[in-house]
Amino acid sequence: MLLKSSNIVMIASVYDFIAAPGFSKTELPLFGCAVPAGFPSPADDHFDGPFDLTRHLFRNPASTFLARVSGDSMTGAGIHPGDLVAVDRALRARHGSIVVAVVEGEHTLKRLQLRAGQPWLVAENARYPPLPIDPEAGLTVWGVVTHVIHSLGDSQMIETR
Amino acid sequence: MYALVDCNNFYVSCERVFAPQLAGHPVVVLSNNDGCLISRSDEAKALGLKMGEPYHLVRPLLEQHKVRVFSSNYALYGDMSRRVVQVLSNFAAGVEIYSIDEAFLDFSGMHLLVPDLLAYGIRVRSTVRQHTGIPICVGIAPTKTLAKLANRLARRQDTTGVLVLATPEQWEAALAQTPVADIWGVGRRYARKLLEMNITTGAALAALPEHWLRRHLGGVVGQRLWRELHGQPCLEWNPTEWDEEGDQLLPSATGRHSVTCTRSFGRPQHDAAVLAEAVATFAAKAAEKLRRQGLAAHLITVVLGTNRFAATAGPNTHTAVVSLAAASSDVSRLTQAALCGLRRLQRPGTAYHRAGILLSGLEPAGRGQVGLFPDAADQNQPRRDKLMTTLDALNARFGRQLVRLAATGVAKDAPGQPQAAAWAGRSAHRSPCYTTDWNDLWTVQLGI
Repeated sequence: MLLKSSNIVMIASVYDFIAAPGFSKTELPLFGCAVPAGFPSPADDHFDGPFDLTRHLFRNPASTFLARVSGDSMTGAGIHPGDLVAVDRALRARHGSIVVAVVEGEHTLKRLQLRAGQPWLVAENARYPPLPIDPEAGLTVWGVVTHVIHSLGDSQMIETR
Repeated sequence: MYALVDCNNFYVSCERVFAPQLAGHPVVVLSNNDGCLISRSDEAKALGLKMGEPYHLVRPLLEQHKVRVFSSNYALYGDMSRRVVQVLSNFAAGVEIYSIDEAFLDFSGMHLLVPDLLAYGIRVRSTVRQHTGIPICVGIAPTKTLAKLANRLARRQDTTGVLVLATPEQWEAALAQTPVADIWGVGRRYARKLLEMNITTGAALAALPEHWLRRHLGGVVGQRLWRELHGQPCLEWNPTEWDEEGDQLLPSATGRHSVTCTRSFGRPQHDAAVLAEAVATFAAKAAEKLRRQGLAAHLITVVLGTNRFAATAGPNTHTAVVSLAAASSDVSRLTQAALCGLRRLQRPGTAYHRAGILLSGLEPAGRGQVGLFPDAADQNQPRRDKLMTTLDALNARFGRQLVRLAATGVAKDAPGQPQAAAWAGRSAHRSPCYTTDWNDLWTVQLGI
């Protein structure tokens, strides 16, 4: 799953729902238990705390590693220089998986393709040719990339008041 | 049934997870302050490098064979250890963490679920390898002592790395090929005594009558050892508890008697101000550990060490104990007490090589006895507790020691470079904290 900007928008709107539509967030304490007497808020039973993205995104926390990406050979897959990727070692790589693989002792991040039984590591940028892997030598897959966390940059992070 | 899981050459294995080019290459990891070898790859062992050898003595050999040298990176090793334990906990009813690279698994009743324990052990091993990148060995047996023995022998079997000693015939054969000094629970003193009596193997020890071990090997401890060697579990089981979120370990408070933080200095220190900063830093770290475990301490021991290898007579470790009226985990209280102890201990003009803090007299926080003469600080306790919670949350979020007492020094040590303090030890070859520090985050070159 790719964490696209649309997902973030969705999360923001769910948060708005919890804060009750029609009321600004500063009014939220009205719904809490701050009132010493009277009825407790019916919403109290339904509030489970803020969303924990870590738990949502990383199904296998023990085997998931975060990495920062350097290079532009995967921009076609939505992986840009400086992005964060989550790499899960527990998953089995398949045809079409984006993987961190070990080639000649170095890590590389590419799409894995099986062409007539032979593994290929394929870039998602026309400037980079696909790399055939010698089936005799075999391919070491370090882990499978499960998510990309892409920042939309400072220019778009203007707070609304 | 118990299983003992032991990570092979653990620190070296952690470094290799993020540096695949080191596979098959000799690698060593140095102790704190780059003192001596504390972890060696199989290739480094084959070069004749020994555990604990001083770095400066073996340096020519390391350079000659192009051995890759790392300073210890405990942030990385601690995180990898946590991951290994988390994977292991899927395979057993309980896990007891024995050290950073060893854990016991509770396999009681496991033979009913999985008739083939060897195959199960192999699955544990391959899953840990796949999920974390760390190679392990597994020893399975009815008692902890025999599981430890099985693990030791499993290390030699390059093929599977798993050994099951389920029947008396199996463990007797294993005991017969194990020197008595290598049996878990036989200390150096007892080993010497046994060798003098011509008892050389584990089998010879187990063949002695139970009452003999009770009489000559420390009473009930010896008797327990005898029973453990005969497949009757006698040692305590202290499972490590998980917090309610299920993703963090709470070491069992009952098994904990003290919390420590000690370091060797990069170079000997005379300066009272530098020593105070070092001791305050250790006190803060120890206090943080204490709070993480929900404990409070009554006693603070300040430790100062002079040159261990000096020719002068006299002890080289000096301690001062400060006791608190009420148990505390508050960083200011503990730091105050630690600095008070330091002032008592320090002799002007003496060069100190290491320092540390030991917190003991532990009890669960908030359940302690109230002092007879509560002072003003006690009135503020709820607010102080809140402050500590906030402090820990800030440091957890923005990096260790971001918010701290000024007593720990206001040196240039920016977060992520904690080695900049005047007293800091050498760690010239440390790898990045790939998994625990945003500034050091693992970077993948997309490449070609």
